[in-house]
Amino acid sequence: MALLTVTDLRTHFHTRSGVYRAVDGVSFSVERGETLGIVGESGSGKSVTCYSIMGLIPQPPGRIASGTAMFDGIDLLHCRPAQARTIRGKRVSMIFQDPMTSLNPYMRISEQLIEPLLIHEKISRAEAMKRALAMLEAVGINDAARRIRYYPHEFSGGMRQRVMIAMALITQPELLIADEPTTALDVTVQAQILELIRKMQRELGMAVIFITHDLGVVSGLCDRVLVMYAGRVVESGGVRQIFYEPRHPYTRALQRSIPALQQKGAELYTIPGLPPDVSKPLPGCAFAQRCEFASDRCRAEPVALSECAPAHWHACGRVARGEL
Amino acid sequence: MADPILELRDVKTHFPVYQGTLFKRQTGAVKAVDGVTLSVGRGEVLGLVGESGCGKSTLARTIMQLVPTTGGTVFLEGKNLTASRAGEVRAMRRDMQMVFQDPFASLNPRMSVYATLAEPLHAHAVCADSEIPARVAELMELVGLAPRFMQKYPHEFSGGQRQRIAIARALALKPRVIVADEPVSALDVSIQAQILNLLAQLVRQMNLSLIFIAHDLSVVKHISDRVAVMYLGKIVEVGPAVEVIDHARHPYTRALVSAIPTADPDKERSRQRIVLAGDPPSPINPPAGCAFHPRCPHATAACKQAVPALVRVDAAREVACVRWQDL
Ligand SMILES: Nc1ncnc2c1ncn2[C@@H]1O[C@H](COP(=O)(O)OP(=O)(O)OP(=O)(O)O)[C@@H](O)[C@H]1O
Ligand SMILES: Nc1ncnc2c1ncn2[C@@H]1O[C@H](COP(=O)(O)OP(=O)(O)OP(=O)(O)O)[C@@H](O)[C@H]1O
Ligand SMILES: [Mg+2]
Ligand SMILES: [Mg+2]
Repeated sequence: MALLTVTDLRTHFHTRSGVYRAVDGVSFSVERGETLGIVGESGSGKSVTCYSIMGLIPQPPGRIASGTAMFDGIDLLHCRPAQARTIRGKRVSMIFQDPMTSLNPYMRISEQLIEPLLIHEKISRAEAMKRALAMLEAVGINDAARRIRYYPHEFSGGMRQRVMIAMALITQPELLIADEPTTALDVTVQAQILELIRKMQRELGMAVIFITHDLGVVSGLCDRVLVMYAGRVVESGGVRQIFYEPRHPYTRALQRSIPALQQKGAELYTIPGLPPDVSKPLPGCAFAQRCEFASDRCRAEPVALSECAPAHWHACGRVARGEL
Repeated sequence: MADPILELRDVKTHFPVYQGTLFKRQTGAVKAVDGVTLSVGRGEVLGLVGESGCGKSTLARTIMQLVPTTGGTVFLEGKNLTASRAGEVRAMRRDMQMVFQDPFASLNPRMSVYATLAEPLHAHAVCADSEIPARVAELMELVGLAPRFMQKYPHEFSGGQRQRIAIARALALKPRVIVADEPVSALDVSIQAQILNLLAQLVRQMNLSLIFIAHDLSVVKHISDRVAVMYLGKIVEVGPAVEVIDHARHPYTRALVSAIPTADPDKERSRQRIVLAGDPPSPINPPAGCAFHPRCPHATAACKQAVPALVRVDAAREVACVRWQDL
C-alpha cells in the first residue's frame, strides 16, 4: 500500500473576484522510499497541493472542497486535529519554498532547529542541540558550532534554505515534502543536498515529494513525475517516460523551453499566452487556449486522464483519440 | 573596458563578528566581499556565479549602496558612489534598480500589485498620474502577469508570480543598470524563458546594463556576455560567457560546470561529477593562500603560500590560479 494517497483534492480560494480553483481534482500516490517529482507552470497549484496535505491552507479564504489524503491509513484532511499533530511535523515534514518567511527572524537558528525535537521527541535540550548541530553540518554549513547561534538575517539565501532543510530532516520523517528546496543553492551544494536526501531514503526508507522547476534535478532524482497545469494533473509517469516519451503538449512545450537545449543569444522558446483564469468555468482542457494542437473539441469537452502505457497517464484528448 | 557604466575597484564589504553578551567586543569579521575589481559596460550583461555564501548578494547590495563598504570604490558613470552623500545616492537609485533574491521578503504584504507598481511611477513623476493605471497594466503584461490581478496582494500569488511583480517593479523606472539577484530561479522554464527574453530585449533596446546573479549556469551562459565566478569573497575567473563555461580554467569553475544537472535521466544518472572534497571554507578564517586549495584536486604547496592574483591569461580572460598554465 502506498504511504500517501491523495484522491480528488480540490482546494479553492474564495476571493472578492470569485472562487479561485487553485487545485481542482488532483490525485497521486507516493510509495515508501520513492521520490515523486512535481513540475509545472508557476501558479499551477503545486505549493497549494502540499499546503493542503500539511493542513496549512488559511481557511477562509481557502477551502478544501473535496478529497482525501490517506497517510498510512489516516486521512490527513479529515482526522482529528490531535491525530494530525502527531503526524505533521514528525512523520511528514515539509521544506518551504520561502525560507525567510518561514524562519522566525527573532529566534536564533539553534532554537528553531531544536523546536520540532522538543515537541515530538522526549529528549533533553542538550541532546536536541547535539542533533541540531550534526544536522546543520550534514547540510554543509561550515563553522556550524558558531553559526548555529546566528539569526536568520546573518545567513546567505542558500544557507537559510539549508537551515530549512535541516529543520525538516531532523525528525527523520517518513515523508518529506520539499517545495523548491534547492533553488537558492549553487550546483555543487545542490548536488550535496540531493545526495543527503538520497542517503536518508536508503537508510530510513523515506519517501519524498520534490517540487522543482529544474528539470535537470528531476531527471537525476525522481522515480516518477507529476506534471501540473492550472490546478490539474496533465501527465504523470515514470521519469524516463516523461522525459523520453512525453505525451501531453504542455509537457512537450515545457521541455522545449529549457535554455540549455537552445542556441545562445537566440530568442528562447516560450509557451505563448497566459494561463487561464481558473475562477471562470473551464469546460474543456485548461491548456487548450495556448496549445498549438488544440481543436474545438479540446476547448469544449472535459478531458480525463487516460493510460497510454503502464503507469503513464496523460490528459490530452487528441493523443487519446490517436490524432497526435 | 573603454567606457564602463559601472566600475568596482578593490571593493571590500566585511561584517563584524562579536563575542560576549554583556561586553560585546569585535573578534573578527566575515569577509563577505574581499577585494573585488570588476567593470560592466553599457548594454552589457555580466553573469555572476559562485558557491552559496560566497558573497554574491552582498556584492549586489554593495553596488546598490545598501550596505556600507569596508574599502574600495564603486563608480557609476564615473561618479564615486562610495563618497556620495545620501541624497545623491537616492537620486542615482532611479538609474540603478535591484531585484532581490527573496521576493517574499522584498514585497510589502500590505500593498496590492497596483500600489507596488504605481508607487515608484508616482514618486519619481515618471508619467502623469492619469496614465499610471495604463503603465501598471503594461508593466504587468511585460512580465507575463494578467492585468486582472492588479488589485491582488502578495500573499495571493505563487512564488513565481511574486518574483515577476518584483521584476516589474525594477523595470518601472526604466533604469540604466539592473542588479538582479537570482531573478528566475523561482520560475518554471517557460516563464523563465519569457523573462530572459524580456531582459535580453531591454538590454538591446534600452542599452540596459545587467548584473545577473544565478545558480543555473545554462541560464547564465545564455544571457550573459561575460561571466564572473566568485569564491569566498573574491573573483576567481572572469571572461566571455561561453569560454568560461565551456572551457573553464579555474578548478573551482570546472567543478561548478561539472555539477550542472542535465534534463536527461539516463545521462544524468551515469555522469561523472567533480566531487569537491571538504566543506566550504569559513569567510571568518579563510584558508591561507588560495582559499580554494583545501578542496582543490590540483593543489600544490605553492597554493598554500600566497593569495593568487587575478591575472590575464588571454585577450579577454582573467584567472586567479597559480597553476593556470599547467591545467
Ligand atoms: N491565500 C491565497 N489566496 C488566493 N489565491 C491564492 C492563495 N494562495 C495561493 N493562491 C493562488 O493559487 C494558485 C496556486 O498557487 P501555488 O502557490 O500552489 O502555485 P505553484 O504551482 O506553487 O507556483 P510556483 O511555481 O510559482 O511556486 C496561484 O495562482 C495563486 O495565486
Ligand atoms: N548581515 C550580515 N551579518 C553577518 N554576516 C552576513 C550578513 N549578511 C551576509 N553575511 C555573510 O556573508 C557571507 C556572504 O553572504 P551572501 O548573502 O552575500 O552570499 P551569496 O553568495 O549571495 O549566497 P547565496 O547564493 O546562498 O545567496 C555569508 O557567509 C553570510 O553568512
Ligand atoms: Mg510554489
Ligand atoms: Mg544570495
